Amino acid sequence: MERLIDEQLGILRDKLLLLGGTTESALRNAMQALTGRDSKLAKKVVKDDKIVNKMELEIDRLCIEIIARYQPAAYDLRFVISVAKITPVLERIADHAANIAEAALVLNNEPQHREFVDLPFMAEVAGEMLSDSLNAFTTEDGELSRQVIKRDKEIDRAYDKVFGELIEMMIEHPALTNGAAHLLFVAKHLERIGDYVKDICELNVYLTEASFIKHSKKK
Amino acid sequence: MGSKINIKNLNFFYGADQALFDISLKIPERQVMAFIGPSGCGKSTFLRVLNRMNDTIPIAKVSGTVKIDGKDIYAPKTDVVALRRKVGMVFQKSNPFPKTIFENVAYGIRINRMHKDKTDLEERVEKALKDSALWDEVKDRLNTSAFGLSGGQQQRLCIARALAVQPEVILMDEPASALDPIATQKIEELVVELKEHYTIAIVTHNMQQAARVSDRTAFFMLGKLIEVNPTERMFTHPDEKLTEDYITGRFG
Ligand SMILES: Nc1ncnc2c1ncn2[C@@H]1O[C@H](COP(=O)(O)OP(=O)(O)O)[C@@H](O)[C@H]1O
Ligand SMILES: [Mg+2]
Repeated sequence: MERLIDEQLGILRDKLLLLGGTTESALRNAMQALTGRDSKLAKKVVKDDKIVNKMELEIDRLCIEIIARYQPAAYDLRFVISVAKITPVLERIADHAANIAEAALVLNNEPQHREFVDLPFMAEVAGEMLSDSLNAFTTEDGELSRQVIKRDKEIDRAYDKVFGELIEMMIEHPALTNGAAHLLFVAKHLERIGDYVKDICELNVYLTEASFIKHSKKK
Repeated sequence: MGSKINIKNLNFFYGADQALFDISLKIPERQVMAFIGPSGCGKSTFLRVLNRMNDTIPIAKVSGTVKIDGKDIYAPKTDVVALRRKVGMVFQKSNPFPKTIFENVAYGIRINRMHKDKTDLEERVEKALKDSALWDEVKDRLNTSAFGLSGGQQQRLCIARALAVQPEVILMDEPASALDPIATQKIEELVVELKEHYTIAIVTHNMQQAARVSDRTAFFMLGKLIEVNPTERMFTHPDEKLTEDYITGRFG
């Protein structure tokens, strides 16, 4: 039997996935703008962040409407709450992508002195984690979510390495300090994105298994 | 918190038709336990088992044990009148007597000879009306007919009538299902207040009502107890798929 609420939950799911997809491409494009020194693309990423903000508002509104109209319970309730909590996380990830694009705009005006150390690797892991986290959400896959949570460590390790290398670069080539500092920002943004994806996965686990793991010790 | 009522392996029959199947359940003292489930699943039958209201049905047959405060209420020497005083009941349709407001509440006190004198009787009536949150609305017209009250007031009068004989357990069978939202809210507030002193079992087909007022919820289907859990758990993450399907309206 199709319930009245089912159609609304379907719409909500689609909207969240659309937001997720938009966020994924924002990250991909921001990194492409950086490594490909493509300022036009960087500007587009910065501009498109407004679309993400609008999507966030729409999802918020729909969550509230569903709660008010249908008083969801059990899985339905957890689903709506999860969407309401995942949405601002995606919005923040998109913010970080826009910040990376802004860094790219600065860096693209400077001569490129060096490869981008491990930044593309970090971005690749972050992108994969993000896409897995959204897949895990739609397929209600708690196991996949737990795997993604573990991968955050890869990003953290890469961040530590990038950090060390960039500090070294600043010391050895004081003239590159400005560029290195901006690359450091990018690294920090990617590291934060990893943390946010981890948050999404923790919400997935809540949705599928109804246990919050964020503040519990047994991770 | 100890359990007030302890039901073990309860089976109930209307003649050859079994209405309740092997139900074991504990109802904690001074809490509200809500009973939900599709129509005809045996909620009312179950409630009536708890104060032996089913005794009036000739074909009814019970097996298993129902203990209140550790005493088997189906033991042969049970004083059924005393039992029904201890375990009061409020029904879906308010059913005041065709008498004054005062007399409706005084009735149980009188037949049980609980009062010392007229003043004591008046005090008991006043207390019951206060405890049922009706006093302020009726204190100036105690000697007018109970039928002059609104539906919600009549229902609270029935609660006052139940409270007047100083019960310990109150059974409520869909007490708000015939009331408008405001009257319903008053009943719900009252239920939550009453649990400070009473153990309450409430049947409701309004899931949100169960979620709002109860500490624990029991879900019945086809005469079987499917699940009982703390209400918060029941409405966020029930253990049983059947419960999940019922409270999310997946089957009708
Ligand atoms: N007095 C009765 N005599 C025979 N069968 C009854 C009687 N009362 C209820 N039943 C039957 O017992 C089952 C449970 O009914 P009831 O306890 O009223 O369910 P609920 O309150 O959950 O709607 C139903 O099949 C109903 O038809
Ligand atoms: Mg009934």
